[in-house]
Amino acid sequence: MKILVPIKRVIDYNVRVQLKRDNSGVQTDGVKMSINPFDEIAVEEALRIKERGDAEEVIVVSIGAKVCEQQIRNALAMGADRGILVETDDAVQPLGAARILQKIREEEGTDLVIMGKQAIDDDCNQTGQMLAAISNLPQATFGSKVELANGKATVTREVDEGLEVIEVDLPAIITTDLRLNEPRFVKMPDIMKAKKKPLDVKPLADLGVEMPPALENTGYAPPPKREGGKKVESVEELVEAMKNKGVL
Amino acid sequence: MKVLLIAEHANGKLNPSTAKSLTCAARLGDVDIAIFSDSVDAVAEKAAALDGVKNVIAVERAENANPLAAVLAPQIAKLAEDYDAVLMPSTTFGKDVMPRAAALMGVPQVSDIMDVAGEREFQRPIYAGNVLTTVKVPDGQKICGTVRVASWQPAPAGEAVASIDKRELDVELPSHTRFVKLEASKSDRPDLQSAPVVISGGRGVGSKENFDIIYRFADKLGAAVGASRAAVDAGFVPNDMQVGQTGKIIAPDLYMCFGISGAIQHVTGIKDAGTIVAVNKDPDAPIFEIADIGLVGDLFEILPKLEEAIDAEKS
Ligand SMILES: Cc1cc2nc3c(=O)[nH]c(=O)nc-3n(C[C@H](O)[C@H](O)[C@H](O)COP(=O)(O)OP(=O)(O)OC[C@H]3O[C@@H](n4cnc5c(N)ncnc54)[C@H](O)[C@@H]3O)c2cc1C
Ligand SMILES: Nc1ncnc2c1ncn2[C@@H]1O[C@H](COP(=O)(O)O)[C@@H](O)[C@H]1O
Repeated sequence: MKILVPIKRVIDYNVRVQLKRDNSGVQTDGVKMSINPFDEIAVEEALRIKERGDAEEVIVVSIGAKVCEQQIRNALAMGADRGILVETDDAVQPLGAARILQKIREEEGTDLVIMGKQAIDDDCNQTGQMLAAISNLPQATFGSKVELANGKATVTREVDEGLEVIEVDLPAIITTDLRLNEPRFVKMPDIMKAKKKPLDVKPLADLGVEMPPALENTGYAPPPKREGGKKVESVEELVEAMKNKGVL
Repeated sequence: MKVLLIAEHANGKLNPSTAKSLTCAARLGDVDIAIFSDSVDAVAEKAAALDGVKNVIAVERAENANPLAAVLAPQIAKLAEDYDAVLMPSTTFGKDVMPRAAALMGVPQVSDIMDVAGEREFQRPIYAGNVLTTVKVPDGQKICGTVRVASWQPAPAGEAVASIDKRELDVELPSHTRFVKLEASKSDRPDLQSAPVVISGGRGVGSKENFDIIYRFADKLGAAVGASRAAVDAGFVPNDMQVGQTGKIIAPDLYMCFGISGAIQHVTGIKDAGTIVAVNKDPDAPIFEIADIGLVGDLFEILPKLEEAIDAEKS
């Protein structure tokens, strides 16, 4: 079995994201970039499946500019076998990403796609479901436990009501929630080894994928500010302050 | 504009997310509500009573017993042929199903609609709510979106006046996805997503056993209980109690949190709360930057005193 793991390069989750002064977009100059945390969990899960002997190859794919090679190399250092960069300087939205991933999935003949439930930059939470739709395959989203047996995956999903378990036939698309696993730390020798692993660069234009209609961004704004920061000194003062606010 | 809203429901009851999403949907035009179930009557009746609903489209089919995206999406795409816009709540239900339906229709989706900014224009949060963006759906394309329920007030319910139209859809459904079970955490406490008062605990609470003091305090106030991701990961509480970017986005009148540091991913889930009260022993914890009322101290000392003070207030 081959597993495909799409990974997105995003601003690191520890960074306090700020708008550019003229509100024309988000400040990215000199900001730390990382693999989307949910995608790192997806890479880890794929590696564990391979290490258990249930898969032969883990392929990571990223769609974006040349710099995404850094995140692909990180995933290779974690243990993925090879990487693909679908190179484009344009921002790609979920439906477009899904079409590209569908094409790569077909070319590579992968049986399982494991990917993040959500990219923490656009917070869309769409691409996996869209990929499943256009591939006419089952989806198991927000997975916190994945078991593979007899050509099926049994996935525990984190839903608002609690935990839901569904069973899907393979091939399938699985998206990860935070509690699926804890990604491993990369060691220095692995980083060196990863430099020699294959990384294919495919210009988006050569892929022959027709890009779908996209949403137009018409503006950015900072969220309304909360005026917090007031402190009280004692429980009595706290009760008093809550009464004054009418919440007690 | 003709708008189709997909209802979220379970056990014959509408989820509160439906009435909230309806308020958003009504901003776009005339709203029909679709119900997919293996037994539609009870829910259809309730949906028909929501203010502003034109028609209830009830699709009864054995396969619709559980909300599986692969089963619902093709039915939604089929129904959507007669509409200009399709909306679902941005709960785990809508997040799972809507993108699959949108992709079948070949259109992009607007996730987490906070506000309607223009005829085809919507405001939504990105970067864990640290930035708001406005996006426009291209002319001539069907609008598909999920509604950030914490941004909307529920549409009121009255008499069941909307017509109920039972519909058969000629769509082939896949069998590659099967429901196994739902382990819903049982609780007699109010629902986290709609409760006016929420009490939350974080890693600082220290253990599953210690969480009892959070529950006890919540019960005193008739409040729902929430938690940080750290508290869920540590096994203090089940996953459905997580508040934040990847948990529940809530907007109670009062949010009180104990032993939560205030990471951006947590804070994004409570930004719309009326009043935020934080108790933390670290005076520099970031939660104090957004808390309306902060108290520095040990939660294990403060909570009992707070309970006493509230008892005294009540009597
Ligand atoms: C992609 C991603 C998504 C995430 N999504 C979420 C999310 O949805 N929700 C979420 O909550 N987190 C989320 N997180 C995790 C988030 O970054 C934080 O790690 C988490 O919120 C921390 O939880 P905490 O505040 O309980 O723990 P900590 O940060 O460890 O804070 C514990 C606090 O308790 C205080 N404390 C300790 N003992 C006491 C005491 N006796 N009395 C009073 N105070 C005490 C400490 O001073 C400290 O401030 C996400 C992270 C990532 C990477
Ligand atoms: N440009 C991209 N390159 C690789 N994977 C992507 C890209 N965009 C989205 N994805 C994948 O789709 C998931 C969900 O993204 P989104 O729908 O944007 O929230 C991510 O966690 C990634 O696994």
